[in-house]
Amino acid sequence: MLSKSQARTFFLGGTVLSFLVFLGLSWHSLSKEVPKQTHEENLTPEVVRGKHLWDSNNCMGCHTIFGEGAYYAPELTKVVERRGDEYIKAVLKSPIPWSPRGRKMVAYNFSDTEVNDLLAFLKWTGGVDLNGFPPKPKYKTSINN
Amino acid sequence: MKYKSQKVAYWFFALSMLLLSLQLIYGFIMGFAHIGYDNLHDIIPFNTARAVHTNLLVVWLLSGFMGAAYYIIPEEAENELVSVKWAYIQLISLAIVGVIAIVGYHFNYWEGRKFLEIPRPLDWLVVLNVLTFLGLILATLFRGKKKTTTSLVLTMGLVFAALLYLPGMIWFDNQTMDSFFRWWVVHLWVEGVWELIMGGILAFLLIKLTGVDREVIEKWLYVIVGLTFISGILGTGHHYYFIGTPKYWLIIGGIFSAMEPLAFLGMALFAVAMYRKGEKKHPNKIALMWTLGTAILSFVGAGLLGLAHTLPQVNLWTHGTLVTAMHGHLAFWGAYGMIVLAIISYTMPNLTGRKLYDSSKGLLAFWLSNIGMIGMTTAFAAAGVAQVYLNRIMGLDFGDSQNEIQVHFIILILCATLFTIGIAMFIIEFIKYGRPNNETLNNH
Repeated sequence: MLSKSQARTFFLGGTVLSFLVFLGLSWHSLSKEVPKQTHEENLTPEVVRGKHLWDSNNCMGCHTIFGEGAYYAPELTKVVERRGDEYIKAVLKSPIPWSPRGRKMVAYNFSDTEVNDLLAFLKWTGGVDLNGFPPKPKYKTSINN
Repeated sequence: MKYKSQKVAYWFFALSMLLLSLQLIYGFIMGFAHIGYDNLHDIIPFNTARAVHTNLLVVWLLSGFMGAAYYIIPEEAENELVSVKWAYIQLISLAIVGVIAIVGYHFNYWEGRKFLEIPRPLDWLVVLNVLTFLGLILATLFRGKKKTTTSLVLTMGLVFAALLYLPGMIWFDNQTMDSFFRWWVVHLWVEGVWELIMGGILAFLLIKLTGVDREVIEKWLYVIVGLTFISGILGTGHHYYFIGTPKYWLIIGGIFSAMEPLAFLGMALFAVAMYRKGEKKHPNKIALMWTLGTAILSFVGAGLLGLAHTLPQVNLWTHGTLVTAMHGHLAFWGAYGMIVLAIISYTMPNLTGRKLYDSSKGLLAFWLSNIGMIGMTTAFAAAGVAQVYLNRIMGLDFGDSQNEIQVHFIILILCATLFTIGIAMFIIEFIKYGRPNNETLNNH
């Protein structure tokens, strides 16, 4: 039967081994693959400012990006492809809460520069290789646009 | 209670209960917003309510863990806490940082990084606070007479939790990198080191409540926390499927996170086996119910419901939908909410000398809150699965699909009301116990 010291060895050994493998894989991902998959060369000052706006207004508190965030408002990873620049600009500049299907968005009333920065950020996210996420719907309904 | 300084725990538990009450209020704000009543939008928009709801959760759980540590470590180490004064300073500063953060969220002062919305300047105060806490716990432990496995596992969990907070404070320009390290905090907390904290508290409770030999309980504790790390560390991969990280995470994350329920299954089997093996029948039945409850529901909520959407083929469709909220609610409640309520239920009679073990209100609190939370989880599941089919598979517009699933949020609110009544009863009992006092020293 398993003794207490064997159990401790299992715990310590398993933890150290798992953590080392995890560190190795993380290092490989971040140094070799992520720069390519995310097109780091496209991280322009506009994109970085856009990310900062995305953070400092907690957009993730309603929306998702890369599927991460809250589930109150649409996923925005491919939003530029889906809606086009002009629609997004109108939403971001709106002086009253944008509320297409009942739910209200905070009226941010962003300036032109801020709108361009956020748009640059959203375009950059749309270009990241997400291993097939978000999946294309299997059926296209007429309502979807 | 064996040591006077254990009384500090009471105030951490009191703070914990206060924050839990507030968390429920913000939960209702979001629930009502989902059925079209977002009347508070101008003062508390959804993203504020969301950040407050999740951050209060984290802080009430942490406050509960800290209270648990202040109770358990002196008793296990057989040593008074090295400084009661500093423990109170730590408590008050924790409350102050919490209040500043929560108020800030109402004035657009935050960082939109799910669960880590606290702005970085405040992060440094959190670090100071946690260092004070760890200093007190470590000094008490190492100056004590005994270093038991239970206290070491609990302390190790607390130290690792503090260390893992740091990667979340690094600034990245790349959203993928930002997210990568955010999960080092969030995932490695809840599916890693917090399980050590939970395991440590659970072992302490089982030793006290069942009377089973410490050596047996602690041996299995090692096995369980071993399983936790072996599955949980590489299981972080299930957050790296679709965020701009390489494809091998789909395989690694899939395999290892599918093993994560084993640790929780171990925890459930362990608690039930120790209960059946135990000859001592401790009179505090309510504490025993919460203890067995947390072991079993953590397996269901964190283990099984996590498994339900952790495989990449499934997660491709459910990632970023209400399915996650389904899993999140029962996982946090079963694994961490209930363990805090278990340790509170066990310690209160010892701290105050009042033996409200068998009150009908205490039992009702247990059943109502659990039935309420299971109902809420079911409502989220229905809403989430419907959302996946309508929005993701059929391609219905997000807003239209949300309007179609609105009815589930009415059910959610009804179940949340049940849950809230249960929690209210728990808190009324907590208040009825009164303040801790020295009369109970060595009195159990």
